[in-house]
Amino acid sequence: MTLIIFLILFAAVFGYYIAQSKAATISLTQGKKLNSLPIYHGLYVLTLTVLPLLLIILFWMLCKGYFLDKILFSILENEFVNLNFDQINLLAAKLKNMYVSQLVSQETDPNLIRVYQEYLLYEENISIYFNILVFFLSILIIFFLLKKIKLDFPARKKIERLLTIVFFLASIVAVLTTVGIISSLFFETVRFFDKINPLDFLFGLEWSPQTAIRSDQVAAQGAFGIIPLLVGTLLTTLIAMFVAVPFGLMSAIYLSEYAHPRTRAIIKPALEILAGIPTVVYGFFAAITVAPFIRDLGDLLGLEVASESALAAGLVMGIMIIPFVSSMSDDVITAVPRSLREGSWGLGATRSETILQVVLPAALAGIVGSVLLAVSRAIGETMIVVMAAGLAANLTFNPLEAVSTVTVQIVTLLVGDQEFDSAKTLAAFALGMTLFFFTLILNVIALAFVKRYREVYE
Amino acid sequence: MNNLDNNNQLTDESPSEYSSDRLLKRQKKEKRFQLLGKLSVLASVSFLFILFISIIEKGSSAIRQSEVLLSIDLSTENFRQEVLMDPKKIRGSELNKLTRNSLIKLFPNVQSRSDRRMLYSLISSGARHELRDRIIQNRDLIGGIISVWLPLSDDADMYLKGNIKKDVPSNLRRFKDNQISWLDQLMSDGLVRKSFNFRFFTNGDSREPEIAGTLGALIGSFFTLLVTFLISFPIGVMAAIYLEEFSPKNRFTEIIEVNINNLAAVPSIVFGLLGLGVFLSFFEFPRSAPLVGGMVLSLMTLPTIIIVSRASLKAVPGSIREAALGLGASKMQMVLHHVLPLGMPGILTGGILGMARALGETAPLLMIGMVAFIVDIPTKIDDPSTALPVQIFLWADSPERAFVERTSAAIMLLLFFLLTMNFVAVLLRQKFEKRW
Repeated sequence: MTLIIFLILFAAVFGYYIAQSKAATISLTQGKKLNSLPIYHGLYVLTLTVLPLLLIILFWMLCKGYFLDKILFSILENEFVNLNFDQINLLAAKLKNMYVSQLVSQETDPNLIRVYQEYLLYEENISIYFNILVFFLSILIIFFLLKKIKLDFPARKKIERLLTIVFFLASIVAVLTTVGIISSLFFETVRFFDKINPLDFLFGLEWSPQTAIRSDQVAAQGAFGIIPLLVGTLLTTLIAMFVAVPFGLMSAIYLSEYAHPRTRAIIKPALEILAGIPTVVYGFFAAITVAPFIRDLGDLLGLEVASESALAAGLVMGIMIIPFVSSMSDDVITAVPRSLREGSWGLGATRSETILQVVLPAALAGIVGSVLLAVSRAIGETMIVVMAAGLAANLTFNPLEAVSTVTVQIVTLLVGDQEFDSAKTLAAFALGMTLFFFTLILNVIALAFVKRYREVYE
Repeated sequence: MNNLDNNNQLTDESPSEYSSDRLLKRQKKEKRFQLLGKLSVLASVSFLFILFISIIEKGSSAIRQSEVLLSIDLSTENFRQEVLMDPKKIRGSELNKLTRNSLIKLFPNVQSRSDRRMLYSLISSGARHELRDRIIQNRDLIGGIISVWLPLSDDADMYLKGNIKKDVPSNLRRFKDNQISWLDQLMSDGLVRKSFNFRFFTNGDSREPEIAGTLGALIGSFFTLLVTFLISFPIGVMAAIYLEEFSPKNRFTEIIEVNINNLAAVPSIVFGLLGLGVFLSFFEFPRSAPLVGGMVLSLMTLPTIIIVSRASLKAVPGSIREAALGLGASKMQMVLHHVLPLGMPGILTGGILGMARALGETAPLLMIGMVAFIVDIPTKIDDPSTALPVQIFLWADSPERAFVERTSAAIMLLLFFLLTMNFVAVLLRQKFEKRW
């Protein structure tokens, strides 16, 4: 695959130079100016060769597996006429497994080995034919494009049009991502609701997704009630906000209103470092340092603290979010016009009175927006709660007990072996849908607040 | 208003006395408020220090690994004929026998089976791989006696580092009394040393903490970031150029913009679900591969890069655009020849910061199966592999005491890379930032 890409690139660069010199000679021999500089003629050939062929290769890579499957099935059907569809399916899976793991030597059935070799031959041939085809296609395109070079050929305009389209397509990627997220979550969630009643999911008070893997197995049927998870998420988020909002907001106020510029220049990057530390590090910190500390403290006070408590996870999550709140509030507070402050000072108010009674009310919408964004982050935070909050989905508001959150359950359901059709796996997508839905609503509201705030002062 | 109310009530005080009293109160309040601000800044910064100190304190001992000097008898009668022809055919059990014999020679008094087993467990079970590599690299060693430094087991290592206390009753600790006495004897014979833990940087993952390394995870992270950068940076910059310079002001553009802003705040784990649902189950890309990890992370960093790039392009002043247009440049030429190069430092800074975030991201990689236990070091972008933060997560989950220091050391390594990237970004910004 890399070989053919290199060949195409080589051909295209070759075409680039030919086109350039051809355009230059045309202009020289006819003694007139070209419509576009020779370099644009070169680029025109280059891009129009590389782009479509790369697209073809990409398309081929995506559907090669499908074609090969078809071929494999037809070989198998010819070879084993007396087998039914399911048996052929089984054989095909076996062969594909052989292909991936390269364990042909362990196979004993000579028929199967023959089929396997036939299949390998097909696979090889198909790739070779495809490469040859694509290479000739590239030569053909280059020849066709070279023909088009004339004195008045608007190569630059064409390239610029093409580039604009490419730029536009690049900006569509973000929209496609959203569509991809929503559709993948949506379809799996619908499949989940085929197996589990949506009402049981939304209002069930018990979460224990251990279902039987085989139908004859004796196991609990599994309960998929999301309420304990929502309560757990709410609890950790609340604790985190109790830490992050006061510390973050006060830091922002101090840094923007009081601090000497030099202090500010040191403290702000330090807080940014705090924001840049990966969440898995915070998770380790919560599990190894904070949780035992809280447990020991609880023992000292005579309280029963679980080794994985909502409090430890929430506290560390709060620390993680402090810089987020402080930097967003800092921006918001700095954007409040100076005239408001000066008016207040002029009337004899102290700085703190000005801040509390003038600046903060003026900045309220922006601050609410930033706090809401922080809440949405806390809800979606995964690693800290996975490592420190526990797996048991207790329905409790006691911060000293272990709770489980939506994100923790997504991780535990999907890490490890999984089959795609079990309610367990699908449940993770339903949880993801819930998570996406809640954070999206929060984000939309938060962004609306921030936007309204900006419209007032900027 | 309060002022007036109070004035009416407190008539017995003279106005000046009253107001100076109140002023004092207000000034005190002012001081208290300021102190509160200072304290919260101090607290936030000290959280950072506590975090760093606790990680460094736990992880610094992982720099050294205890080893024991064994003289191993490689005389030819210890090997099968086949192995003498081709050392690669040597079996693990044969290698174990070699190290065990040399241990028994040191402690001839140890007789019972269970005692011997405890004696053998002083040496790391990974020692045989190192012995094998040595023999294969230099087959002339066969026939002689060699002295090699082999890693001690994690329990012995932890004991030497003082993490296993002697005063705990023997049946409650993993490292027993007789093992301690053997180890002490080895120490007094000068056969034990603590050397630089190169295995941490040159080995792949392992179930044995003493030979577990981060190289596999580092290379996995490198491939993942490479894919992320190659996808998200060009697409992000192109999208930013379109939105900032070319897009018409209409409903559709507005949808794209709102969409990008919202996407930037979507939890990262949701991107992992996208990768699982679309890349793995629909397009059937390989599981656990840095290729898929990079694709997922690039979709995650894309909004950030677009937002930063747009801000950076917007900061280029209009006069430059007008000058370019005035000299006859087309709009595309103006953007590509003038605006983009001037905005590039800011875009690069944003790109590096985006990559730093992608480097530390764990949750989406868990979803696409990059959590598998993988010993081999990946060589291609579609080899199964793990990434540094995921490695940290895996080790943090392991029960062995020795993995705590290794996890902390891996965190230090990760933080080192992140701080370097941040530092480069800051330097870049300071060197090239223009204030128009």
